[in-house]
Amino acid sequence: MENSVWIAILAAAITAGTPILFAALGEIITERAGVLNLGVEGMMLVGAVTGFMVAVKTASPWLGFLAALVAAGAMAAIFAVLTITLRANQVVTGLALTIFGTGLSGFLGKPYVGIPLPVSFKPVALPLLSQIPFIGPVFFRHDPLVYLSYILVPVLWYYFYRTRPGLNLRAVGENPAAADALGVNVFALRYIYVIIGGMLAGAGGAFLSLAYAPSWLENMTAGRGWIAVALVIFAVWDPVKALLGSYLFGGVDALTYSLQAATRIAIPSFFLKMLPYILTIIVLIVATRQTIVKHIGAPGALSIPYDREER
Amino acid sequence: MPATAAPQNTSRSSGPGSGPVLTWEKRLEPSRLMAVVVPVISVILALAVGAIFLSATGFQPLKVYQSMLNGAVGSKYGISETIVKAIPLMLAGLGVSVAFRMLLWNIGAEGQFYMGAFGASWVALTFPHLPAYIMLPAMFLAGGLMGALWGLLPALPRAKWGVNEVITTLMLNYVAILWVDYLVYGPWKDPRGFNFPLTAPFSDAASLPTIAGTRVHVGLIFALVAAVLLAIILWRTRWGYEIRIIGESARAARYAGMNIERNIILVMLLSGALAGLAGMSEVAGITHRLQHGISPGYGYTAIIIAWLAKLHPATIILVSLLFGGLIVGGYSVQTSGVPAATVSMLQGAILFFVLGGEILTRYRLHFGRKEGK
Repeated sequence: MENSVWIAILAAAITAGTPILFAALGEIITERAGVLNLGVEGMMLVGAVTGFMVAVKTASPWLGFLAALVAAGAMAAIFAVLTITLRANQVVTGLALTIFGTGLSGFLGKPYVGIPLPVSFKPVALPLLSQIPFIGPVFFRHDPLVYLSYILVPVLWYYFYRTRPGLNLRAVGENPAAADALGVNVFALRYIYVIIGGMLAGAGGAFLSLAYAPSWLENMTAGRGWIAVALVIFAVWDPVKALLGSYLFGGVDALTYSLQAATRIAIPSFFLKMLPYILTIIVLIVATRQTIVKHIGAPGALSIPYDREER
Repeated sequence: MPATAAPQNTSRSSGPGSGPVLTWEKRLEPSRLMAVVVPVISVILALAVGAIFLSATGFQPLKVYQSMLNGAVGSKYGISETIVKAIPLMLAGLGVSVAFRMLLWNIGAEGQFYMGAFGASWVALTFPHLPAYIMLPAMFLAGGLMGALWGLLPALPRAKWGVNEVITTLMLNYVAILWVDYLVYGPWKDPRGFNFPLTAPFSDAASLPTIAGTRVHVGLIFALVAAVLLAIILWRTRWGYEIRIIGESARAARYAGMNIERNIILVMLLSGALAGLAGMSEVAGITHRLQHGISPGYGYTAIIIAWLAKLHPATIILVSLLFGGLIVGGYSVQTSGVPAATVSMLQGAILFFVLGGEILTRYRLHFGRKEGK
C-alpha cells in the first residue's frame, strides 16, 4: 500500500481509539483504587448525550465537554455511594449504572436525534510537530481532545508510579486495611478516584458525540465502554499499555470502515462489525493467560468493599 | 468473617465517648421484613425519580403513570400482553439467576435469547413440512441447544483460565445480534416481505398453542415448569447444593472436593439453555418468524429481575409479571410522546434503590447513645 493510505489508516486508528482510551484510563484509575465499575458504557452514554445537548444549546464544544465530565462524574458518584458507603455488589451496581445510563441518555437525547451540531471539535495541526514526515500527519493533526489524551497517559503513569498520592492510590487498591492503618482515608480516596474515573468515561463519550461523529444517536457507544473495561485487563492496569490497546481497537474500527467502503458489499458488513467484539474476547483470553503466567494481575482488593469491622 | 453485632465493635467507627451516634450494626440474621420492604420501596422511589425526569421534560408524571398502569392491566388485552412480555423475562430471568447464584456473572442472556430464536427458526424454516408434534419439540431442542452453546463459549475460558465472563458474555451479545441481523437482512430475508428485515412466516405446525383465545402461549407453561425444576435442582439435589455452596464460598467448596470448573460449565449451559428457550418461545409463540430486534432488551431486564427477586425462582415469576407490565405500559404511553427509553431508565433506577437498600437487610441502623461496656 502507498504511504498516504497507511497515514490515513493510522490517523483514523488514533481517532477511533481515543474514546476507548479515555474510558480505559478512567477505569484504570477506578480499579487501581480497588473498585470495579462496570458502568463505563452507561457513563459514556450520559457523557455523550449531555455533552451534545450543552454544545447544541451553547454552541461551544468545550462547554459541552465540561458538562459531559460533570454528568458522568455524577453518575460515578451514585455508584460510589452505593458500593463504597452502602457496600452494594460492585458487579451488579455497575450493570445497573449501564442500564440506567442507557435509558437516561435515550430519554434525554430523544429530541436531539438527527440535530446537527453547530460547532464541533476540529482538527488543529500542531506547529512544527505536524510537519514531521509520516509521524506528523499520523499523530499531530487531530482535534484538541486527542492531544489531551496524549498528555493524560504520561501524566497518569507518573502519578501512579512516582508520586506519594499515587502510591496511596495503589495502596488503597492493593491492601486497604494496611493503607487505613497508615492513616490513609480509604473511603475518601475511593470516592475521589471513582468520580475521576467516571469523568474520564464521560470524556470518552463526549469525544464520540462532539468530535468523532458529531451527532447524537441512541446507544452510540456501541459497546466501546465494555471494550474499555476489557482493555484494562489487557493493559495490566498500565496507562501506556492502555494507549497501545486502544489504538489497536481503533485500528480495527478504522480498517472495518475502510474495508466496507472499499468492497461495497452490504452483507459481509455484519461480519466486519463483529470483529471488534470477537477481538475483545480473544485479547481478553490472551491477556488473562499472560497475567497468570507472569504473576501480575488485578489490584489485590479489586471489587471487595472495604469494611473496617471486618479487617 | 463471622457476623457479630457486638456493640464494642462499632465503637471504633463512631469514636469514643457517649454522644449520640449513628452506626451500622451487622444483623445476626438477614432481616426477612427488610427483604420484602426494600424492593417495594425501591419501586416507589424509582417511580419518584422517573417523575422528576418526566416533569422536567414537560410531561405530567401522574398522568403518564396512570396511563401506563391502564395500558398494562386496565383491559383483558393489556393483561394478556403483560403476560406475553413476562414469558421471555421469566425464562431468561431464571437462566440468569442460576448463574448469579454461583457468582457467575452471565450477562449474555440477550445473546443466548437471540441464538435460541435462531436455532428454533432454523428448524422451522429448513423443515417446513414437519408435523407439529415433531416440529415443536425439535424447535424446543434447537432453541435450548443454541442458547446453551452460546453460554458454553464464555464458560470454557472462564473455567479453564478464569477469563472474566462479564465481558465475554456481553461481547457475544453483540455477535449474536449481528448474526441474526445478517440472516434477516441477507440469506433468510422473506422475498415477499417488502424488504423488511424478517424471514418468511413459519408453517402453522411451528406455532405454540395459545391459551384461551389470547396471545398468551404455552411458553408460560415452560417458564412455570422451569421455575419448579430449578427450585428442585437448587434445594433437593446434590448439584443444586454444590451451586449454592460455590456461590457462598468457592474456597469452602474446593476444600469439600467440589469440582468448580465442571459446575461453571454445567451452570452456564443451563443458564444459556433457559435464555435460548425464551428466544424459541418468542419466535414460536409470538412473531412466528425471525426478525430484526426480536428482543427489546429482555436479556438485560432479566438481570434486574433476577437480582430484585433475590435469585429465587418463584419470586422471579412474580417480578417478571411486574416488569412485563412495565414494558407494556411503556409501549402504551409512547403514542403520547413519552420516550421509549423511559422504561429502561425506570428499570435501572429500581435496581439502584434495591442495591442501595440491601444494606438494610444485612445491617441495622443504630441510633442513640452508646451503651458502654
